Amino acid sequence: MDFFELLAESLNALTLNKMRTALATLGIVIGIGAVIALISLGQAGQKAVQSQIESLGSNLLTVMPGAATTGGVRGAAGGDTTLTYDDAKAISTSPEITAISNVSPELSRRAQVTAGRNNSNTQVVGVIPSYAAVRNVTMSAGTFITSNNVDSEEKVAVLGPQVVSDLFGDGADPVGQSIRINKQAFRIVGITVSKGGTGFLNQDDIVFVPLTTAQNQLFGVDYVSTISLAAKSADVMTEAENQVVYLLLSRHKIKDPANADFRIFSQADVLGAASQVTGTFSALLSGIAAISLLVGGIGIMNIMLVTVTERTREIGLRKALGAKKKTVIAQFLAESIILTFVGGVIGMILGAGLSLVISHFISLPFTLSFSAIVLAIGVSAGIGIVFGLYPARKAADLSPIEALRYE
Amino acid sequence: MIKVTHLSKIYKMDGVQTVALSDINFEIDKGEYVAIMGPSGSGKSTLMHMLGALDTPTSGKYILDGQEVGNLSDDELAEIRNKKIGFVFQAFNLLPRTSALKNVILPLSYASYPKENREKRATELLTMVGLGDRLHHNSNQLSGGQQQRVAIARALAMDPALLLADEPTGNLATSQSEEIMTIFSDLNKKGHTIIMITHEPLIAKFAKRIITVRDGKIIKDEKNGKHLKIKV
Repeated sequence: MDFFELLAESLNALTLNKMRTALATLGIVIGIGAVIALISLGQAGQKAVQSQIESLGSNLLTVMPGAATTGGVRGAAGGDTTLTYDDAKAISTSPEITAISNVSPELSRRAQVTAGRNNSNTQVVGVIPSYAAVRNVTMSAGTFITSNNVDSEEKVAVLGPQVVSDLFGDGADPVGQSIRINKQAFRIVGITVSKGGTGFLNQDDIVFVPLTTAQNQLFGVDYVSTISLAAKSADVMTEAENQVVYLLLSRHKIKDPANADFRIFSQADVLGAASQVTGTFSALLSGIAAISLLVGGIGIMNIMLVTVTERTREIGLRKALGAKKKTVIAQFLAESIILTFVGGVIGMILGAGLSLVISHFISLPFTLSFSAIVLAIGVSAGIGIVFGLYPARKAADLSPIEALRYE
Repeated sequence: MIKVTHLSKIYKMDGVQTVALSDINFEIDKGEYVAIMGPSGSGKSTLMHMLGALDTPTSGKYILDGQEVGNLSDDELAEIRNKKIGFVFQAFNLLPRTSALKNVILPLSYASYPKENREKRATELLTMVGLGDRLHHNSNQLSGGQQQRVAIARALAMDPALLLADEPTGNLATSQSEEIMTIFSDLNKKGHTIIMITHEPLIAKFAKRIITVRDGKIIKDEKNGKHLKIKV
């Protein structure tokens, strides 16, 4: 038998029992599809987490007030009220500060926001114009908070897209209309572009107002909750941090840095935590991949063992009619390869389709993992071929009479 | 054409030795039609497996068509089965859901018989056994007798020196049995050498020579009603 005859014989044998072939293919399709879908979804999740962390801003330093100490009892970090707008102004004007390009003092509170009959509890942030540069905010309509807005304590607001859809419905353009924040009317001057994120990380569920308006009219306080700083480049982060620490210590008249009433977090800290998160994610993914490969592999092994063992009599007959052992083995090898190839291609399409649909529904970016495809098809094909060939080889080793009598 | 000398087969299973055949000697000439008879457990099936190169003897010689078969490799035995022996089994053993034509072509494809002639050869043989109008019927669409006729056509595909039938009528009704036996008689008249294993005396009577086996030994060898001397 030459190669093409062998191929024809294998294809013929596969079409003889369509149910058996369909079941074997299904086993391989499910095995490979599941692995590809799971790994692709996992990688999509990993990517989403990474990009959300990156979108928080680059070269970012965050100054937070220290923990309030009341009668010797230390409270939560950030609970104190030691940072002011003047601290921020000093950082941006001091000649000693050379490594900082933008300073953004922020006062952030949750507040009830209403428009007509709709209302929403959302994050209200008092900002100055440099916020947009520090936090990578871009506008989809109108303008961001301006210096004039801040200087004259205007009651204007910039809305995140989530707030727009909560209060005005999807796709509405409410620029020029007004909303009420804690019962005070604010004119909407702009809408930001969506940055994504969910839950506590949702950067779209937010309302920006001028910092002075937030301090004096909305919340009646004279401090800020954080000061965000953009360093001139990633290389001068440490320098920038030292300059700011020095300036704030002297402004707050503190001699020992250990007693500082503020803390500085850099993006490097956040990225460090993020890489721990993504590391855990990768480990989780490897676990999922290993389990799905194992489950898929066992499924393929079972179906191949059963379908080929069932054909021991046929192998005996073929040998009695003059088939050599290597011809029989070659035929079953070809059958296993055809099955795993066809099953692999269908499984790949199914896996990609599944991860496309699921990532659409849970709003993750769609990624197709090339390494998952190689891994899934490689392992499954290996298992399919080994366990298709093993019983065929065993049957071909029997004398034709023993194989023919096999029940 | 067939010469068997001092042929023995001993099975060893779990340390227990079972003597299936001991010291068998006989010769069969070209064109003979021989029935091998005996009750179950007599060793007649083992003898047929030896003659069919499906199994190898423990000791002794088996010469088929001038070739010593006893000590051949697995692949060489496959070639002998393909070119020199045609099998007809009790259970027909056709490939399921496969056309009569493809079943007859199967041994031709294992022999690398010229591709362009395979279908013609298979069609001729199927026509000869009276299935010219059922070439494309699948094996499960045929009656038992028709399936056995496909099996005979398949056995003849490579024009083998020996046609070996193991209880060919064991699974058939009487009328169909007669059809099959008529085909064997016709084939014998055309010069085919046939060995048939059976336990039914009525079927054995179609053969011209009857060898009776019991307890692994030949106890009777009759040709056209005359007793031949049993060689020892």
